[in-house]
Amino acid sequence: MALPKVKADATEARLAGLTLPDTVSDARQSALARVSAMGLPHNRDEYWRFTNPRTLVQPEAPLAEVPAVDGAPLWDDVDRVRIVFVDGVFNAERSDDLKAAGLEIAQLSDALSADISWAKDLYGTLEARGQKPVDRPFAALNTAMATEGVAIRATAKAEKPVNLIYERESQSADPLLHTLIKVDSGAEMTVLETGAGGARFSSVIEVDVGEGGAFHHVRDQGRDHERRVLTHCFAQVAAKATFKSFTLSVNGALTRNECVIDIRGDDAIAHVAGACVGDGKDFHHDDTIFVTHDAVNCESRQVFKKVLRNGATGVFQGKILVKAGAQKTDGYQISQSLMLDDDSQFLAKPELEIYADDVACSHGSTSGAIDETALFYLQSRGVPRKQATDLLTLAFLAESLQEIEDDTLAEALRDRLAGWLERHATV
Amino acid sequence: MLEIKGLKVDLEEEDKSILKGVDLTVEPGKVHAIMGPNGSGKSTLSYVLSGKDGYTVTDGTATLDGVDLLDMDPEERAAAGLFLAFQYPVEIPGVGNMTFLRTAVNAQRKARGQDELSAGDFLKVVREKAKALKIDADMLKRPVNVGFSGGEKKRNEILQMAMLEPKMCILDETDSGLDVDAMKLVADGVNALRSEGRGFLVITHYQRLLDHIKPDVVHIMSDGRIIKSGGPELALEVEHNGYTDIVAEEA
Repeated sequence: MALPKVKADATEARLAGLTLPDTVSDARQSALARVSAMGLPHNRDEYWRFTNPRTLVQPEAPLAEVPAVDGAPLWDDVDRVRIVFVDGVFNAERSDDLKAAGLEIAQLSDALSADISWAKDLYGTLEARGQKPVDRPFAALNTAMATEGVAIRATAKAEKPVNLIYERESQSADPLLHTLIKVDSGAEMTVLETGAGGARFSSVIEVDVGEGGAFHHVRDQGRDHERRVLTHCFAQVAAKATFKSFTLSVNGALTRNECVIDIRGDDAIAHVAGACVGDGKDFHHDDTIFVTHDAVNCESRQVFKKVLRNGATGVFQGKILVKAGAQKTDGYQISQSLMLDDDSQFLAKPELEIYADDVACSHGSTSGAIDETALFYLQSRGVPRKQATDLLTLAFLAESLQEIEDDTLAEALRDRLAGWLERHATV
Repeated sequence: MLEIKGLKVDLEEEDKSILKGVDLTVEPGKVHAIMGPNGSGKSTLSYVLSGKDGYTVTDGTATLDGVDLLDMDPEERAAAGLFLAFQYPVEIPGVGNMTFLRTAVNAQRKARGQDELSAGDFLKVVREKAKALKIDADMLKRPVNVGFSGGEKKRNEILQMAMLEPKMCILDETDSGLDVDAMKLVADGVNALRSEGRGFLVITHYQRLLDHIKPDVVHIMSDGRIIKSGGPELALEVEHNGYTDIVAEEA
């Protein structure tokens, strides 16, 4: 079916400014074909009904001020391999040696031009598969055009986490990053991501977790107010493997985090969680999750919490698809918003689609104000109203932070959230 | 210590008068009990004193050591030394009991211009006081009142009281939902806090609690007023004859 003209034109305009790189040209060519066939989205598309993609589609990224750096970098005291990108470009000088026991790390361009066959095989594969049943044209665009990123393979239990750090210097940077991750059978690794990445930042991560392997992902998307961020994480999870991803977002004119998880082996676990706090009409945050169960006796959890104030908007689109034969599936999905005033809005679309008859799936979605009874209880014990509100807000977010396995990492995020709440005076 | 004069209170949302002129003075070191039938305004009095929303004071005053309570935010009243043990302690998921206690203690210290307690000092004090109330380490770790039994919740109230060392303690039906053993434990906790400088106002339906916490003065409240005051023997009279006679007699 031919695309409507307005969509075809918009897609063409966006592509016009980009050149197809020459590595893995088959993967790129077919990704480009996917983009042209699907077209970039419009807000009349069902999947983009709650988040207007206009500023993501337009050829030039809207300018975004670069905020001053304040305080020490997140997880500064954690021993980690730092891989720094400045405005989306790898910066060797600011990065550590790409070496750690149990890990093989390469820049994406090196991985794709050298003979690293796992990277070439993985590139674009999970993204292409993730296009069904829902179109994700921005992810295909990223596969076609991205040259920056890393390829990381865990061959054993990694001695330390890898931290992808996205620094910003320009108001207009519009990078596309593509990261490949392979966790070998029985291996284990943690990837941390920090920073906003660009004025408009597109990131695709493809994660292949082998049998009995474990992948942990903890992300902090930076405090920039004007940035726009679109991320896709495509994961496939083999038997007895674990995939866990958590994202913290504070501020941001537009954030959409899509996570597409394919559980393909028995007895596997996949958890994806997020917490966001937003203040003001220029805050829009969207979590779009798709978890497919295609194996027996697997567990998945989606835990998303949003704190919204002063006209902020939160979106949650989450789906659990249980395929025929995926018996003994244990699926859980919760999305909740805490609205600190009457002006904010939370738009939620929780979905279950189940074709197996012996499963336990539950989902819930709530929007609520701060609990006045609890607030009074705290005040009656001498805790000032503002401090009591912050305490209850952190308590609301706690369930999502509990999804992070490493307490040190989680504690640092909790402090960051507490700091944000302290800076944003409650009425 | 606590001085209430001609206190009249309406419900904010409905045009309904609950307290119709309450006069009450609790002296330091004394335990006053308020008894009365359901709906007489006992709990409302405790809420109005501690600053809960939803009530309008139309007349009268309430002061603690001469300071006007009614003009203060709830947290200021707490810092001034007022404490309410809730009839229904509130569950707060996600906030650890220990964090809650420490936040409260330090908030009050800060409000009074004192240094905050260090984590170590705090832990030492809380462990000791918790032990006397048979509150174990697990209860201190769990979220505030979540999954606590009725007895555990009330013991937790008394622990907060012990930690905050208020001048004036109001206990709102602290005996409700307690079995005999739990009531004794709670009463022992309260009695341990009795001291020369501290006043108590014990609100209860039943005389039973007053066997354990011996009051100096007993008041009978009915239809928003204190209609009779007397010694401990008044509680016994209620126990034997109910409220009807007293209410009829004073009407």
